[in-house]
Amino acid sequence: MITGFLLNGFDTRARVVFALLIAIAILVPAANLLLPPDHPLHVPTYMVTLMGKYFAYAMLALSVDLVWGYCGILSLGHGAFFALGGYAMGMYLMRQIGTRGVYADPILPDFMVFLNWKELPWFWYGFDQFWFAALMIVLVPGTLAFVFGWFAFRSRVTGVYLSIITQALTYALLLAFFRNDMGFGGNNGLTDFKDILGYNIQADGTRATLFALTVLAVAIAFALASAVTRSKLGKVLVGVRDAESRTRFLGYRVENYKLFVWTLSAVMAGIAGALYVPQIGIINPSEFDPANSIEAVIWVAVGGRGTLVGAIVGAITVNFGKTWFTGALPELWLFALGGLFIFVTLFLPKGIVGTVQAWWAGKRASAPAATLKPEPAE
Amino acid sequence: MTDKAEGTLLYLDGVNKTFDGFRAINNLSLVLAPGEMRAIIGPNGAGKTTMMDIITGKTKPDTGDVLFEGSTDLTRLDEAKIANLGIGRKFQKPTVFESHTVEDNIALALKARRGPWATLFHRTGKAEQDRIDELLTTTRLIDKRRFLAARLSHGQKQWLEIGMLLAQEPRLLLVDEPAAGMTDAETAETAILLKEIARTQSVVVVEHDMTFVRDLGVKVTVLHEGSVLAEGTLDAVSSNPKVVEVYLGR
Repeated sequence: MITGFLLNGFDTRARVVFALLIAIAILVPAANLLLPPDHPLHVPTYMVTLMGKYFAYAMLALSVDLVWGYCGILSLGHGAFFALGGYAMGMYLMRQIGTRGVYADPILPDFMVFLNWKELPWFWYGFDQFWFAALMIVLVPGTLAFVFGWFAFRSRVTGVYLSIITQALTYALLLAFFRNDMGFGGNNGLTDFKDILGYNIQADGTRATLFALTVLAVAIAFALASAVTRSKLGKVLVGVRDAESRTRFLGYRVENYKLFVWTLSAVMAGIAGALYVPQIGIINPSEFDPANSIEAVIWVAVGGRGTLVGAIVGAITVNFGKTWFTGALPELWLFALGGLFIFVTLFLPKGIVGTVQAWWAGKRASAPAATLKPEPAE
Repeated sequence: MTDKAEGTLLYLDGVNKTFDGFRAINNLSLVLAPGEMRAIIGPNGAGKTTMMDIITGKTKPDTGDVLFEGSTDLTRLDEAKIANLGIGRKFQKPTVFESHTVEDNIALALKARRGPWATLFHRTGKAEQDRIDELLTTTRLIDKRRFLAARLSHGQKQWLEIGMLLAQEPRLLLVDEPAAGMTDAETAETAILLKEIARTQSVVVVEHDMTFVRDLGVKVTVLHEGSVLAEGTLDAVSSNPKVVEVYLGR
């Protein structure tokens, strides 16, 4: 049943994208580790880490596209789930530091010693174990999304109102995590990580592995999202997006469908955040900044909403632009981002991938035989 | 109360609904027998759409009984549950899934389990495919199955929506102005289609178009200011002085 479900989601395009991602996951680390530094195809470690960050963002964009592109839920707070997954990973990494911290306390992370805390708060228990942290990376964003969605969708909060509530959610978390007595390192967040699963987090091998895992996670998330959106459930989701009341009167309980895709998407965002943190080396409350969540929506809009591939393309393109811009013309970046959003909305309403797709479909349609010939039933 | 409702398909008694002081439905009572086809006419604001909203669970009445098959209290259920009981609804403005193909529109409406897990792992079987073909033939859309619904004409969208209703295999169809915006030929075809449907299912049709109602040739209920003004054949109600006054007196 499960394999059938996954295979059904794999059309030619999805297969190509999946294969491409797997190739990147193998080739980039290989070019970094196996080729000598003076080789023309050698990828420097800083580049590997930078690209790892882009792919973590690509996974966040995928999760946004799943709810926004396919179910019409415009979330302006997906950064919250991303950051929560990141914090769960950060807590594990903090507890791996042990006696190597500035205060050399075997149990307490530095910031707790600094705050004169005597013992570990209860919610830090278990984070010395990777399996526990991994569970929390999935459970914390998933549970928050489930509870939030349960109330929001049951009360039939939709459209702009829902977007505003998601924005408020991430802003509330931003303020909460800024507080020192929350127990998550306050303003400074969690940083100064030493190792992950016993491997030095700064080492080239670890960085290349983290990169490979991140791209692999994007590939799996993409395959899963393709399967979900191509299933009958995916068609119901698009039905909800285009004509919610029609779906309801057909007998579908719309709130359950929204809750399903919303929770799935939040879990995906959480995993993306968890992969992001060890590569970046820090997680702090600024990740909850509403502007981050809005940026993620822009990536999807630029790449092409409701295409999945577009989310990946958009996240990588915009972030590559951001890296270049903030290096070359730092004070102009926000103007460029705003300008890009306006440009895409006005001239490429379907985004990069959507526009290419429409052009391709138009080219096929103009070949007269193609439209008249009925395709065989699936 | 339930005694009177026994043996009926749809039973409305003493239903009231007020919106901000406006009495949309005023002590409305209506009984529909199983297998019956009924036309409902009335001027604008007579409460026709509100009545449909109440039957399908979109609006809860302030007071009154709304019973399906004599015993199921519809006022306690939500839209999805009522739809799954077997009450299908066609909107006034044709509402189909524009970014799905015609075929997928029907496939989504087919009677099947409606939960997220059931649809996630759903595979279309042979029986379902046959049923889809049959419905596409009935609604004269078989050669447009691969078209996106957005590309259909207004009349074709109306038919697609009727096809989606049939796919649900409802016991009662509520059809809101099926002939609105159609050409005369399409209107006549629609009347034939609805009469075909009425052979096996109960149908309530709300309509403004008198020619269309005459084509249907069924019992007519006239609504006015939220309650029933007259009931009977089209000829009987159109010679009723109260009805004439409502329609011509303003």
